[in-house]
Amino acid sequence: MTAPLRWRVARLCERRVETPTAHTLVLEAPGWPGHLPGQHVDVRLTASDGYQAARSYSLAGPAEADRITLTVQRVPDGEVSPYLIDVYAEGDPVEVRGPVGGWFVWRPEETAPVLLVAGGSGVVPLMAMVRARRAAGSRVPFRLLYSVRTPADVFYADELRRRVRDDLGLDVAYVYTREAPQDWRGEPHRIGLADVNSHGWPPELEPLCYVCGPTGFVETVADLLVGLGHQSRRVKTERFGPTG
Amino acid sequence: MSPGFQGRPRSAEPALPPGQYLTQDFPVLSAGPTPRVPLETWEFVISTESGAEFRWSWDELMALPQETPAVDIHCVTRWSKRDTDWQGVSLDTLLEGIDTDARYAQAHSYGGYTTNLPLADLRGGRAWIAHRYDGGPLPAEHGGPARLLVPHLYFWKSAKWVRGIRLTTEDQPGFWETAGYHDYGDPWREQRYQGD
Repeated sequence: MTAPLRWRVARLCERRVETPTAHTLVLEAPGWPGHLPGQHVDVRLTASDGYQAARSYSLAGPAEADRITLTVQRVPDGEVSPYLIDVYAEGDPVEVRGPVGGWFVWRPEETAPVLLVAGGSGVVPLMAMVRARRAAGSRVPFRLLYSVRTPADVFYADELRRRVRDDLGLDVAYVYTREAPQDWRGEPHRIGLADVNSHGWPPELEPLCYVCGPTGFVETVADLLVGLGHQSRRVKTERFGPTG
Repeated sequence: MSPGFQGRPRSAEPALPPGQYLTQDFPVLSAGPTPRVPLETWEFVISTESGAEFRWSWDELMALPQETPAVDIHCVTRWSKRDTDWQGVSLDTLLEGIDTDARYAQAHSYGGYTTNLPLADLRGGRAWIAHRYDGGPLPAEHGGPARLLVPHLYFWKSAKWVRGIRLTTEDQPGFWETAGYHDYGDPWREQRYQGD
């Protein structure tokens, strides 16, 4: 029997605005045991009457010096995310527990090419993989296909531009569903076979595929990948629906 | 304490297991692509520790006595859903007459998923092979054509796309159980992760 994962107190040390509805929170978490990219953490809030609410959030990057990074998307009518975005202030405590999840992870010693397919805020655990690749000095070929409503909804926009320039073997392609930038070819559309075929890897290369996003998006992309000939067991998925 | 955190108004409804909140929709959580299993080739197999196998085709399953459990379900990711409507065959019916000394069961699915639970938890009117949900055939993303339904445990134990159950004398942790989740998964005791 493994030792229980314990709750520990973390404090907000930095907040970055990704989009009007998504903030990155850097938490100081003393004693954090480390984690793999793709794992998540439970965050627990306690009200003055003792009521508690907890939610899981994907870790957005590797741990550095007892710091962990989350990116929180506001859920309309949510219970936890609006607090973390609007109220939670620098220095405030929050309880965290983790890391959790040992399946939707990428290990830097892997050598297979990697395809990451993100829908909206599903990019968060995939960005952790992109950042871990860089941190480990891995040269494994990575492709990130990122479906997003409009250019203003892109998380980590500057960093992704920089990484494509500096991280050899990393490609990033976008699919815009509502409004595209002028230099993007094509009309806004939902992700389809042509996108996955053009920006993915052929199944013969036996890539590891990670797909994260809302349920319908993940269902579509996973079905396309299997249809293109990728083995089901090499297609890892993480779906999310509305959680508060 | 979290300064300034109020939370939702506390409801007077019957309590949910600790740490859960109610949802009206039906989130989908699975680790890979959704398997599509044709009914013509679908089968359900119970195997015992001595190697005996008991098989049901789709038509044979449909011919068994059907039950319509209306149950609350609880996902380890913290959503709970009240009064979900199912139709299926009780594991009591399927296990009737199967001679076994096994104490454990490992459910396995089309697509390769596995999950373990004590055999006792499949008995006593607490577990079903469910094939209809909310008045219609169980959709593939929710585990159709048929899934295990064990509502008194966290929902990852209710294996989607279920293909069979192996009865074993030793506990064999399944997919999530070997990835850090609790071996048993009782929502009322909040057994989410290993060691809870």
